[in-house]
Amino acid sequence: MKWKTLDNGWNPYLAGALVGVLAIVSVYATTQLLGKSSYLGASTTFVRAAGLLERTVAPDRVAANEYFTKEKVRVDWQFMLVLGIFLGALISSATDRSLKLEGVPPIWKERFGSSIGKRATGAFLGGIVAMVGARMADGCPSGHGLSGMMQLSVSSFVAFAMFFSVGVAVAALVYGRRSS
Amino acid sequence: MSADQMLGLVTGILFGFLMQKGRVLRFEKQVGALLLKDMTIFKFMLSAILVGMVGITLLSGAGIVTLSHKPMNVGAVLLGGALFGAGWAVMGFCPGTSVGALGEGRWHALFAIVGMVTGAALYAELYPFFSSTVLAWKNFGKIGFAEVLSISPWVLIPVFWAGTISLFFWFEKKGL
Repeated sequence: MKWKTLDNGWNPYLAGALVGVLAIVSVYATTQLLGKSSYLGASTTFVRAAGLLERTVAPDRVAANEYFTKEKVRVDWQFMLVLGIFLGALISSATDRSLKLEGVPPIWKERFGSSIGKRATGAFLGGIVAMVGARMADGCPSGHGLSGMMQLSVSSFVAFAMFFSVGVAVAALVYGRRSS
Repeated sequence: MSADQMLGLVTGILFGFLMQKGRVLRFEKQVGALLLKDMTIFKFMLSAILVGMVGITLLSGAGIVTLSHKPMNVGAVLLGGALFGAGWAVMGFCPGTSVGALGEGRWHALFAIVGMVTGAALYAELYPFFSSTVLAWKNFGKIGFAEVLSISPWVLIPVFWAGTISLFFWFEKKGL
């Protein structure tokens, strides 16, 4: 077992275990400092971001929307956590020289060519479908996958089994055939 | 910045830093796992779960933190999980990793982020419809395996550890 991977990253078992420690410390810290146990998650933030943006053009529509009211449109703990992920990744990649500008990733290029337009369309449409699914299931690989499975939640094991099995099937369909 | 925002930001920076060091943010790793060629993201994620599970069960058992199960709403979890899986494969990011991938320069993640914000707005519009249909089928509520099976989590955790460690050995043996 190596400490460093071939791409100069950390051993994924080690980096993952440290995220486990972070998850424990984070639940403890939120409970002690904020009075409520909060678990790592990301997808609710996209609802709040949508609400904040929509509010600038149609404030009444946001105020009247049942789902926005339920999830509370505001910049909260998780919203800042998601912004923090961006900064943490930027700091890490800039300091170990793994920061790389990439518009079309290799697996995508092999299948669909180097068109930015095609990649943008795939990412955008995939993003819409994935987020509708994540909000319906009430979590993503962070909220269900990490936080829910850590708590031995029934819904999280079922949700993750669905994420993975359908993800594998669709990936095989989409990337399985080589472009001629 | 309020205390909760500050705490979230610090936690997020550490989370993003570790995910970047684990090399799990990028499209190649996400799709590589779904193509069953590179299990890096599952090594990372399952290691986090193994460690986190022990600490959180200890803290909740001592009454220091409270568990927060997400509801086992059958239609929502099955259909939502399937939609997420399909979108994930095409997008090549999940909500948390998309912003991290943007941070390490993979700027096509921006299109995924815009798509996900659009998807969230769409879900908010469709919520009344989903509430009366897919969300209304059968909801078992916020349940955990320990309560459902009426056994201690300290029986379940070693079983989960044993299964996961076996999987890790298999990944290494196969060079995944």
